[in-house]
This record gives sequence, C-alpha cells and structure tokens, in this order.
Amino acid sequence: MLDFAVWLSETEWSIALHESLYLYPWIESTHVLSICLFFGTLLFVDLRLTDKVFNNLSISEMNRKVLPLTVFGFLVMSVTGLLLFYAIPVRNYQNIFFRIKMILIVVAGINAFFFHRRMSKEAKVWDKDSSIPRSMKNSAITSLVLWSLVIISGRMIAYNWFDCDRQPQPRWINELTSCEVDYSLFEGIDGF
Amino acid sequence: MVSKELLDIFYILEDTFIGEYVRSSIWLFPVIESFHLIGLGILGGSVVIMDFKLMNLIFRGTNKIYILEQTKNFFIFGLSLLIFTGVPLFLSEAVKCYYSQAFWIKMIGLVIGVLFVYFVRNPLIVKKEGTILILIGFVSFSIWTVVAASGRWIGFS
Repeated sequence: MLDFAVWLSETEWSIALHESLYLYPWIESTHVLSICLFFGTLLFVDLRLTDKVFNNLSISEMNRKVLPLTVFGFLVMSVTGLLLFYAIPVRNYQNIFFRIKMILIVVAGINAFFFHRRMSKEAKVWDKDSSIPRSMKNSAITSLVLWSLVIISGRMIAYNWFDCDRQPQPRWINELTSCEVDYSLFEGIDGF
Repeated sequence: MVSKELLDIFYILEDTFIGEYVRSSIWLFPVIESFHLIGLGILGGSVVIMDFKLMNLIFRGTNKIYILEQTKNFFIFGLSLLIFTGVPLFLSEAVKCYYSQAFWIKMIGLVIGVLFVYFVRNPLIVKKEGTILILIGFVSFSIWTVVAASGRWIGFS
C-alpha cells in the first residue's frame, strides 16, 4: 500500500495538484462546503427519527425530500476527498488521523447501510403508527456522533503532531502509521 | 485597507488571555476548529433546507412557515457555536486575520448574512408569496456559501 502511495505521489497530476496555487485550496473549500451540505442535511434526517424535528412529515416523506441532498453532499465530499488524498498520498496514508478517519467512515458506512436497509423496509409502517423502534433512534444518534468524529479527525489531518518525518516519535505511532524508521539513529534516547 | 488604529486594536486582541492561551496550546486550536466546522455544518443544514425550499428545489407542497419553524433553532444554535468557537480562533491569530482578505470577506458576509436572514428573509417568508421568495432563497444561500468558503481561505492566507 505504501508503494502504491509513493507511486501515486510521483504521478504528474499528483505533483501538479500538490503544487497548484489555487486548485488545491479550491478543492479543499469545496470539500468543506460539501461536508456542510452532507452533515447539515443528515442532521435533519437523523433527528427526524428521534422525533425532534419535522414531526408533521412522515419519515418516508422526509427521506424522499432531504436524503438526495445528503447523498449529493456525500458524493462531492468523496470526490474532493479523493483528490485531496491524491495530492499528498504518502503523507495522508501515513497520517494517524487519516487512518482514524477512514476507520470511522467505514463504521459510519456500515451503520448507514443497516440503518437504511431497515428504514426502506419499515418506514411506511412507522409512518402509520408513528412508533419508531428504539434501536433506530440509537442508530440515528450513532450516525451523528460518528460523522462528527469523522469531521474532527479530518480536521486533525492538517496537523503534524505525529508525522513520519518528525522523529523520534513513539514506536507504536510509527507502527500504526507504517513509518519506515531506522531506529539505530536514536540509540541512547529514552524509549528507543 | 491598513488602518493604524484598527491594527493596534488587533494587536491588543491577539495579546488577550484567550488569544495567548489558544496560541500556546498545540491541540486547542485544531479542536476548537473542528467544532467550528461542526457549527458550520449545523448552520449550513438549516440554511440549505430553508433556502432550497424557497427556491422550490425541495419540500414542494410543504408549508414554508413550518419549514422556518423547524429550522430556525438550528440556525441559532449553529450560529452560536460558530461565534463561540470563532472568537477564540480569531483572538489566537488576530493580526494574521487583519491582513487576510478572506477574513474580511467572511466577516462582512457573516454580518450581511445574519441581517439578511433576520430582517429580510424570515419576515418575507411570513408575508410574501411567489417569485420574490425564490430570489430571497438564492441570495441567502449565496451569501452563506461565500461565508463558508471564505472562512476556509483564511487558513490559506
């Protein structure tokens, strides 16, 4: 995987993107705007399931009207996110917060998959008797917490508290982030 | 745009206890920044839902005043979180902000956006019908898009 990231970093477009004066900031701004669209609309979809907002609208109706915006936000967020990764692949790949973010996205994705699978089957029943199962409410809250953590960890990627080129740093960090380190250089330093 | 008096004030603001405290911590700025982004998301959600409704892009057939009632508290909460987190971020690098064009665009956009929402958009949602509301929704959405995008550009200054 590291070899792949290194290969990506050496491609012409990756270098151009990384060194561009305006394109990279524009992509990052679009990434932030799409996060707002995605998270902001998801907030209403999830809170509808907890009966906190839009109680006059059925769950099916709420999903039909708002979810397309959430999906659109997610798609733009994913494309711009991939481009941001492509611009600096090695550093991102070896960044602890990037890895945490990816794990959180996978967990949030699994939660969303089961959440929407059940919702698509049962939403019409909930529309009629207006009793949403407790587990669905919990899943909605879990979704919001997970995506908030994704935003927080994503923001942290920009900071280099832990970076492969900032040595010495704890071995467990190096191992978690696939840093290739020659420890013989740090002999005599506490902890190495 | 350089005004000696204003710049002096920004220096004083940067030297305040909060500014010093945030600056001296390696993790505080990023953590506050993360919650700033979450605040932006909450405000963004309320703006998108209300303004897209006004532009007839979503919630066709749903009462616009009902949408306003459902989104207005999220707007207030998102805005409060933005201000609550934005102030310490600003104080920690006030002088940098002073020289940042993006910062001034964001601040002017923020003031215009808040005034527009409370003195133009929300009152007209209650009083008016028809095409004017499409324009109102478009203007409001555009202002808030500029605020969000220019905020990100402060970091690139």
